Amino acid sequence: MAADVKAPPLRAMPGVQPLLAGAMAQSKPYVASDKIQQAIGFPGELVDGWQDQAIGKMGELLGKYRSLKVHLDACVHCGACADKCHYFIGTQDPLNMPVARQDLMRSVYRRHFTLAGRLFPKLVGARDFTRDVLDQWYSYFNQCSECRRCSVFCPYGVDTAEITMAAKAIMDSIGLGQKYSNEIIGKVHRIGNNLGLPGPALANTLSGLEEDVKEETGADVRFPLDEKGAEVLLVTPSADFFAEPHVDSLIGYAKVFHQAGIRWTLSTHASEAGNFGLFIGSYEQLQKIALRIREAALDLGVRRIVVGECGHAWRVAYSFWNTLAGIGAGGSDPFARRLQSQLDSRYRQPMHICELTWDLIQRGALVLDRDANDHRIVTFHDSCNVARASRMGDRPGGQFEIPRNVIKAVTNHYVEMARGTTHDETFCCGGGGGLLTDELLDLRVKGALPRMEALQQVVDSHGVNFMATICAICKAQFSKVLPYYGFKMGMVGGIHQLVSTAIRLGAKH
Amino acid sequence: MTPATVLFAVLLYVAATVLAGGLAYRIYDYARTPAPLKIPTTPAPTTRGGVVLRLLREVVLFESLFRANLWLWAFGWLFHAGLALVLVRHLRYFTEPVWSWVALVQPFGVYAGFAMAAGLFGLWVRRFFVARVRYISTPSDHLMLALLLLIALSGLAMKFVTRTDVVAVKAFCLGLVYFDWQPLPSDGLVFVHLGLVAALMLVFPFSKLLHAPGLFFSPSRNQVDDSRDHRHLAPWAARLDPKP
Repeated sequence: MAADVKAPPLRAMPGVQPLLAGAMAQSKPYVASDKIQQAIGFPGELVDGWQDQAIGKMGELLGKYRSLKVHLDACVHCGACADKCHYFIGTQDPLNMPVARQDLMRSVYRRHFTLAGRLFPKLVGARDFTRDVLDQWYSYFNQCSECRRCSVFCPYGVDTAEITMAAKAIMDSIGLGQKYSNEIIGKVHRIGNNLGLPGPALANTLSGLEEDVKEETGADVRFPLDEKGAEVLLVTPSADFFAEPHVDSLIGYAKVFHQAGIRWTLSTHASEAGNFGLFIGSYEQLQKIALRIREAALDLGVRRIVVGECGHAWRVAYSFWNTLAGIGAGGSDPFARRLQSQLDSRYRQPMHICELTWDLIQRGALVLDRDANDHRIVTFHDSCNVARASRMGDRPGGQFEIPRNVIKAVTNHYVEMARGTTHDETFCCGGGGGLLTDELLDLRVKGALPRMEALQQVVDSHGVNFMATICAICKAQFSKVLPYYGFKMGMVGGIHQLVSTAIRLGAKH
Repeated sequence: MTPATVLFAVLLYVAATVLAGGLAYRIYDYARTPAPLKIPTTPAPTTRGGVVLRLLREVVLFESLFRANLWLWAFGWLFHAGLALVLVRHLRYFTEPVWSWVALVQPFGVYAGFAMAAGLFGLWVRRFFVARVRYISTPSDHLMLALLLLIALSGLAMKFVTRTDVVAVKAFCLGLVYFDWQPLPSDGLVFVHLGLVAALMLVFPFSKLLHAPGLFFSPSRNQVDDSRDHRHLAPWAARLDPKP
């Protein structure tokens, strides 16, 4: 643990907090180097005449995204969102109120794109795009994890994530990029995944896992890579290949496929479900990264595409893949039809691993021993992108039910955290949106506060000792910040880690 | 024709034109701007009908606001519901004979005027006493509330403080509708009330009052959650599809 980073005290009575103006003004991530920027097509450093160029980019985005235009116009400063952001709750910095964060862009929008702002800037809070304003943008748009909790409560659905993404797109276009996200995007293009794990290393890791599982269970569970003719292509966050506790869920997926007798494969070309193009608001990057999955699916000839435990990846897969890469159903154009005629239309495309496992459980295809998890008292952390930007199953809200159904099928002790902190009101882990980087640790620890409060409650009341989640970022973030709040880092893990413990291989004939 | 009659007749024509034209342009502008990605805030309806219901709940009940903050919801809803009834009540100035359903609403319209003022007062108090809301309030936020509150109070004063010649006011209003101008009674409160209403109409298309049409165009609320079943493609995004 970093010595200078301290967790804020848990609040006795959440609700009324004093404002600490400027408390987080110094928090900012490292700026991307020219090499990182240029590798993905952005200017290497802040360009001359950046102000005009930024306004030009804003105008372009206003013409391309209805969300941006409507959300900048519609806000009435009612304050419904003001106390809903985990970063505001944890830092008390008023610029972390969603409406105030939006106003950093809205003030510039008003000045340059509205009559009132041109004529009466002071009256309507319009500002020129000065260097000071740009610095505020870099600091505070990098204190938003794009989790959409504020948009749930907004009477017009104003979504700060849309505005943060646009701000990052504008900053990238003038050469002010964020190192962490943009470096990762470079890696996914160069090597195939966010962690920069090359093909041979991946193959090596997977065969190691086969040996481990053989030793543990005696079963020949396979972790296939680039196998043509497999039925399922599994696309999962690269953290699953070696990070703790992620890898335990990967073992879980493999056991499920093994017992259900489904031929599956991973792909080196698409060895990453994550898509940081989302975080930086770049449609071009979103699409370029998503197309890797399409290419791998066509190349391997798979009939189904399944996505592992990853929050924002599931948002991109569920909500955007059909648009970006034709992965889905219902496409009538040749581009979409080419892939969609290959995919098996009896299954949802793409499918979440929890949907797959739950379908198998309902069909009785898995042999599960709940008692094997009896050392665990489990709660579930809804990940923001799954909860508020996607679905599972056929009914709205399936993204809440299906993961819980799976957990309850593999454990005897399940406890729900407090209302207002779960389902679509869930709190972000504090590390999403491209903020999972060490220089932002102080922000991440503070942003985890509301989740830690809810966790503390169920630890005290029910002795919860395991918080399941289905997101690689949540897992990494919690592993890091749990100790700051006095919890063990091993408390967090994946749902398929629980499945892995409960599943009885070889017991089915 | 008094100078005041001419002045207010012209002012109201201009204000109505700006309001209608400005709003029409905004709606056209929102409608033509594409939404390239599926971004409904989930859980979201999976059918068009479901989306209509979702929007209806937002418009009539302020569903999201209710979840956010009860005081804010109460004041906001009181104001908007009051305003809606008051607007309906005012239809009697523009119809002859008065439509029967408008006549039916008349008695409630008076109470609605008080509800509207009370809601506005509550919303304004929040801007001073809730630190978060004080921080985000701009001068125009205060002015907008002042404008609406003055409209409500001047309207109520015409009923409860002095007696305005409503028959003459109605003749003036009908005259505007049929382009057959009738004299506006020389009454200070009427001048204030009409002047402020004209000001409200003039700023509407250029201000945060755009939240009214905005809601219907907000992709996080108006999109159907069906991204796996239908390929959603904006024209500019379609051009980025790689050629096979």
